[in-house]
Formats: sequence, C-alpha cells, structure tokens
Amino acid sequence: MTTKRGAYIHIPFCDHICYYCDFNKVFMKNQPVDDYLDALALEMRGYGKEGRPQTIYIGGGTPTALNETQFERLFTAIERYLLNPSVKEFTVEANPESLNEAKLDIMKRFGVTRLSIGVQTFDDRLLKEIGRAHKADDAADAVRLAQSRGFDNVTLDLMFALPGQTEASLHESLQQALSLGTPHISIYSLQLEPKTIFYNRMKSGKLRLPGEDIEADMYGQIILELERHGLHHYEISNFAKPGYEGVHNSMYWSNEEYYGIGAGAHGYWNSMRYANAGPVKKYIERVRERGNGRVSEHPVTVTEKMEEEMFLGLRLMKGVGIKNFKEKFGESIEHVYGEQIAQLMRQELLTERDGRLAMTQKGIFLGNNVFEAFLIS
Amino acid sequence: MSEKQDARQSRIRNFSIIAHIDHGKSTLADRILEATQALTQREMKAQTLDAMDLERERGITIKLNAVELNYKAPDGKTYIFHLIDTPGHVDFSYEVSRSLAACEGALLVVDAAQGVEAQTLANVYLALENDLEIVPVINKIDLPNADPDRVKQEIEDVIGLDTSEAVLASAKTGIGTDEILAQIIDKIPAPSGDPDAPLQALIFDSLYDAYRGVIVYIRVVEGTVRVGDTIKMMANGKTFEVLEVGVSTPKIENRDELSVGDVGFLTASIKSVHDTQVGDTITHAERPADKPLPGYRKMNPMVYCGLYPIDTARYDDLREALGRLELNDSSLQYEPETSEALGFGFRCGFLGLLHMDIVQERLEREFNIDLIATAPSVIYSVRLTDGSKVRVGNPSEMPDRKYIAEVEEPYVKATIMTPNDYVGAIMELCQRKRGEFQTMEYLDANRTNVIYDLPLSEIMYDFFDILKSSTKGYASLDYEMDGYRVSDLVKMDILLNGEKVDALSVVVHQEFAYDRGKGIVEKLKELIPRQQFEVPIQAAIGQKIISRSTIKALRKNVLAKCYGGDVSRKRKLLEKQKEGKKRMKAVGSVEVPQEAFMSVFRMSHDD
Repeated sequence: MTTKRGAYIHIPFCDHICYYCDFNKVFMKNQPVDDYLDALALEMRGYGKEGRPQTIYIGGGTPTALNETQFERLFTAIERYLLNPSVKEFTVEANPESLNEAKLDIMKRFGVTRLSIGVQTFDDRLLKEIGRAHKADDAADAVRLAQSRGFDNVTLDLMFALPGQTEASLHESLQQALSLGTPHISIYSLQLEPKTIFYNRMKSGKLRLPGEDIEADMYGQIILELERHGLHHYEISNFAKPGYEGVHNSMYWSNEEYYGIGAGAHGYWNSMRYANAGPVKKYIERVRERGNGRVSEHPVTVTEKMEEEMFLGLRLMKGVGIKNFKEKFGESIEHVYGEQIAQLMRQELLTERDGRLAMTQKGIFLGNNVFEAFLIS
Repeated sequence: MSEKQDARQSRIRNFSIIAHIDHGKSTLADRILEATQALTQREMKAQTLDAMDLERERGITIKLNAVELNYKAPDGKTYIFHLIDTPGHVDFSYEVSRSLAACEGALLVVDAAQGVEAQTLANVYLALENDLEIVPVINKIDLPNADPDRVKQEIEDVIGLDTSEAVLASAKTGIGTDEILAQIIDKIPAPSGDPDAPLQALIFDSLYDAYRGVIVYIRVVEGTVRVGDTIKMMANGKTFEVLEVGVSTPKIENRDELSVGDVGFLTASIKSVHDTQVGDTITHAERPADKPLPGYRKMNPMVYCGLYPIDTARYDDLREALGRLELNDSSLQYEPETSEALGFGFRCGFLGLLHMDIVQERLEREFNIDLIATAPSVIYSVRLTDGSKVRVGNPSEMPDRKYIAEVEEPYVKATIMTPNDYVGAIMELCQRKRGEFQTMEYLDANRTNVIYDLPLSEIMYDFFDILKSSTKGYASLDYEMDGYRVSDLVKMDILLNGEKVDALSVVVHQEFAYDRGKGIVEKLKELIPRQQFEVPIQAAIGQKIISRSTIKALRKNVLAKCYGGDVSRKRKLLEKQKEGKKRMKAVGSVEVPQEAFMSVFRMSHDD
C-alpha cells in the first residue's frame, strides 16, 4: 500500500529526567520494559494489517535508554509488523550518553535511515542547568560516531531561550553544531510546561529566563546563521539542506494521517485523532485487553480538519497550497477564511506566493497569533 | 389589652448580637439556636444565619435574618426570643441601625484576646442611640491568649458599660451559653406598646421572592397586623393587602397576626423592594398612625462605577441581571450609559465598596456575565461658571475646566481606633490622604481614637489596605458621611496609543496628580499585554501630558514544537489563547484586559 501515512512509536523510558521535559516519560529503573516491548509489538501488528507506513519515527522518552537486547527486540518487531522495504524515512531519537556502536549497528542493520540526536546546547554549564546527563563533547562524539557508522542523515536537536543562556552562548552552540556538518538541525525555544521542574521553579520565582526581547533576538540570529550555512528554514523550528527536510514530521504539518504507537502516543487514523494510555502499566493492560492502547478518540470534523490544515500547514515556510485546500475540502480557502486572511495580510503576518498562503517573516515570529485566527469555533 | 396578650408580651425578648468580624457572632447565634432547640443537630449547618454563599466566604453577614425562638427557662416559663441579625460592615450602617431599632437589647460580643474594635464601637453607639440594653459577653475565653480582665476594663473605659456581670463565654465550646440566656431574660426589657393602638411596624429588611412577592421583615412597635388587613407604607403612601404574616423559627411558620413586640414577616403581593424601604413604617390604611417611627432615611448610593459586559452581545443579559438583583437590593441603582471605549453598559450606584464588590461578584457568578468595571467614583458636585450645579458620578463626564467654578467632593468623618504605637503612622497616612485632623481620644492606657475628616474618594482608594499594613492589622476604621467640601480637583485622562480612553479617566487632587498619573501608567504597562505594535500610554490633564510610558511591541509568540503529533494539545493552547482575548476589550486597536480598568483605582501601596 502506498497511501501517505507514518508511524510514531513512543519509548517512554529515561535514565534521567530533564528539567524542562513534559513528554510522557518515566525513570527506567524497575519498569516492565519487556512487557512494554511485547505490547508495542502487539499494537504494531494491529496497525501493520492496515498497511505499512511510509515513515517511521521512534521518539521518547529516550529510545536509546533501551539496552542492546531490548533494542534488538524492538527492531525485530518493527521489521516483522511495520517496516516497509521502500520506507522513505526511518528516524530514531538518540541521546549522546546512551548511543553506542552496538546500538548504531543494530539500527543500521534494521534499516534506520536517520538519527535525531538530543544535543540541546554545546554549553556545559547550561546542559547541567537543564538537567541533561551529557556534556558538550559527548554530543559531538556521538554525532561523529554515528557518522562513522554510516549515518549521514543526522539531525541535531537544539534548544534556545534557556535559563541563563546568552546570545553569545547560543552563537557558540550554533557554530559547534554547524561544524559537525549535519544536513538538518531542529532548534526549539524552551517552553515552560506544567508538571516540569522548570515550571515549579518558575512558580516559586526561581527561574530566570531571557525574556521575550532576547528570545526574539535569538530566534532572528538562529535563522540568519543557519540560512547562511545552507540550512534553509523550512518550518518554524526546523532547518535543512535541500532534500533533507524531515519527511515524517512534514507529514504532521501537511495534516496527513499516522499511527501513534506506545504509551501516551497520539495518532490520527481514519479521520480520528486518538490518544493512548500514558502510564506504562495501564498502556500494557489496555493493549493486552484490546490490541491497542487507545483511551480517547475524537472524530475530526470537517471544520476541524480545515483549521488543522491551516494551523499546521502554516508552520511550514512554504505554507498552505490554495488549490490543494480546495481539492481537499471542496471549498475555496477564500470562501472559508477570506476575512481572516485579509486581516492577517493587513497586519503583514501573512502573504500569498506561488499559489500558496504563507507566513511573512513577521508572521513567523508571531505564529500563534496567525494560527489562532484560523480557529473558527 | 387582654390578659393573655399582656402575659405573652411580657415574655418576649428582642435582641441583636453586636460583634466584630471573627469575634464569634455566628457561632454564638448557633449556640442559642441549639439551646432553644430551634434546629435538630441534623439540621444544624454550622453558622445557620449566614445563608448566602458570598456571606459565608467573606465571613460577613449581608442579608439580615430574624428568628423566633422559644426558650424554656429554668424558672419554668417559656420565653419568646427574637434574634435579629445585623450586617457587619460599615457600608451597611444604616441597615444596622434599623435592625437595632427593632430590638430592646443587644449582646455585645468581644473577643477576649483582641478586645474592642472600631466597628464594634460604632455599632454599640448605634445601639445606645436606640436605647438598647447592652449585655456584654467576653467570648473565646478558652483561647490561650485570652485576657478577659483587660477586655472588661477596656469595655468599661471605652464604652462606659458596667462589666461586673459580663458573661465569660466560649461560643465554640458552649461555655457561658446558659448564663447568656439568663441575662437576656433578666436584663433585656420586654417590649412596651399597645396591641390595640394604630399599627406601627418597622421595616428592617425585605427580600424578593419570585412566588410571593416581597417578603417584608418587620418589628411591630404598636398595634397588631392581621392577614387581610390593608396596610400602607408611610414613606410613599402605597397600600397593599396582607396575604401572609408569620415568623421564621428558622423554618417559616405562618400566623394569623403579629402584635406588639413580634418580629416576623409579612407578604402582600408587593412587586418591588423599592416599596419596602428599610426604616419605613407600615401602618393600616384605614386607621393610620399619626406619624411614622423615627429614624427613616432614604439611602443614597455613595459610590458609582460603570459596569460593561465584555461581550457586547450580553448587554441585555446584564440589564436583566441588574433588574433581578435590584428586586432584592433597594440600595442598588443603575442607569444605561455609553462609553466610547467600552460600548453600552450601566452606571451603577452602591452604598460602598463592599456593596459594589458583592454586586459585581454576583453578576459574574450567578449570571455568568464577564464584566468590565470601571474604577469607582464618588459623586462630585460641580458649580459651573454660569452658576448652575451638576452632579458628576462618572469622571469622564467632568466638564471642561474652563467651565468649572469649583468642585466639591464628599467628606467623611473617620474614626480610627489604634494601639498608641501606630498613632504616628496613622496621622502620616491621613495627612497624605488629604485628611484634616479633628481630635484624638485616649481610650485607655494603650489605645487611641484618631479622628480625621477625609475625602471619601481617598478612603475608597487604598486607604484601608495601607491602614492595615502600616498597623499590622491592629487599627480599625469606621466612618460616617460628613457633607461636601470644595477641593482642588482635576480630571486626568488616560490615552492608549494616542487615543483617550474615557473609561480610564479619574478625578484626582491637583497636588497628587503627577504621582497618580505615574502610578496608573506604570500599572497599565504591567497589565496590558504586548500587542503587535508599540502602544504608548499617557496620562494627561487637559492637553498636558504628565506621565508616559510605552508597551513594547510583541516580538515572539510561536509554539516551538508539535509534541510528537499531539495536535489536540496544540489546538487547546490556541483555543486558550483565543479565549483569553475574549476576556479582553478591544479599545481602539488595543486589547485591554478586564483588570486594567480597575487598576487606575486599585494600586498597591508600593506602586
């Protein structure tokens, strides 16, 4: 089957919990990892019957927190149930401290095409500050190791607007990242989310963040610097050499469907957005009982689809295709959103080019104001 | 007068409880209800008399209540007690005085550790004015820091009451309750009056009920009122036919008649509480009394503010909600007004700030209307150059300076009771608030009454907060209106993005204009979120800008990550952002949050 679709597989285990992280994750110690892998396999088998996906993305948590044996089991199951010989992209997230040659070789053997390495910053002081377990050198070593084992398509995950981060420190991190020559970099501004250590610190007034003006300057600096080195800005937080744009993630932004597999994973399948049980034990129980981990399902209405088409699609610098919208929904974008578009254009947040609606440079910085406008309800 | 009625009348005792907030009034009321077995244990909710949620939350009594209780005394006779509750806030001092006027006596409850407070004192004076017999009760004697002897001495020194027989009590544990009941019987006189005389019944509260019309709470002073009687309101001459009379025990019990000394309710298909003004006298239409009972006053609002629905489509809902509240609140006034900044709304008049807060809260809570309230204003009396006078309750309507001959503002006589240590701080505060020193009364070795004349507008502003913080909460305040005086007042306008925002205008004293302007501008800068463009904020008097600041343009607002395909979460975040904007008012092109409009009024001490 060749319809566009992806699969996201979640590994919720971590050896360390980072201070900013609010993803679904648990300390690995004493967790029923083998049972979890069995449950994943069961879920994969179910979805695999519906058709094998074009892209696979294993995220976390920390996928590389699994040991070699567990790794092998995970990939064996993927190969059996999901892997499509002509898979377009097969990405695994890796942390510098738990990536090694053996795991790299396993991934290579099973056809992983792309690694996303969680670097965050090359400033040791900041790494400590945000609760990461690795040092800047470990990150660089991990990238080089991956490259030496034949992984050319490596992306670095970086962060900015970290507590205590200066523009100079950010500049230095960008230079180090660029020097590794990876064809893709993602860089996210720190987001304070409830139930994180940072959030609690902020609540008690103990977190000093750079502030909106510095954050905006930093973002400007990032775009300029990465573009200058041939990594074009193709999504709010993503930069790539031509041809290396993330295929799996682009699918989210293009509002395509995907399987969500694993504890706390979200999926979008048959016009239904669903969420799996978050707690590991509950997820395992759920899968044993009914073959998948879903605890909530939400049929997406046409209106919601249109909204999502816009607020996801506009994250991409190329924007949303005007003709494509009409083909997808049978209604013209002008008809549905004429008023909003006109207003956003007046505010110089939105523009039309090459038959597509896209955010202006100003709009990119104020994306939420743009996205919000497309919510109809 | 029949023998039976005479005997019954001699067994009636009508009383209130006077106490400072938290000194244990409601708890004592509960003990009395228990002792008279008015309620079974199962029915006892803690603090039965405070019925409204808001009252419970704020620990104050707003709506009055009166209950009839039968107490079988140790002497074998059964006495009829009427316990009349009083509101405990200075905004409602007139209502308090009318409730007290319905009694022959009052229990004065004083906290054994904290002693007499200014508000208690004010209410005791009201009680003494109404010739009430005062029964002192020292409450909370079981607390470790209780010092009943000191408090007794204080009551003698400050109020001049004999405390040799003051009851030492703990309403919480029930200590002293029997003694209190005994003193109610012994000390408080039975009502005098003639059941056959022309009817004089004092209205001390009323309540609108959708099915029965207004329920009027009365104390019969002379005569008897029966079902079927045609009664007349002496203030406006309107007549009604009585449908029900009865008492609350606190369960509602209908009777055939209420006679001298009785405290109860009547209904008569009355459509509006405006016909049943507190303090008015009810008499018979056929055989009216010569004159009404003394003490009636028409209550005028002291404080005004504009109330606007955030969602302009809810204007009609707001009108309806105000109408519903007004049914039960004869002191609430409102009339439509229009603001350039806020659209259609109402200018509303209140007895005081607490009254204003309560109304706003009820509109938001009970009617689910998100409101913008403009800063409260007093009523200014403005004499124009042509000699005419206008009353201005909305600062934006203050006439241009060139047409103004002089402006008068309302003053209050403020009595601040304080431990001696804080007299200096209080005088400094009053001076700063344009107060004029009147006198000082040394109450005892430790405490002083500091009496100042102060502009009402200054008391409304942040006076109370500063008073509390600069005296560690020990000072207490009571005030009464004291007429109008000429002041050097000016209107200050606030401009957002170069446009004058009428709803933010304030009237300030010339001397303080610069500081207030600066404070307001800084506060608005803090409260108004960044917009897509730079927003200058200015404070101006006439054409002259006296303070300015700038809200920087929004520079970055974009969610970095998409959370592994969790689109619903992203959607929620955007929806929340959008919802947040709905709670803001677009003033010109600037989105202004609800609380900003109040900020011109509410600034903390440090600002």
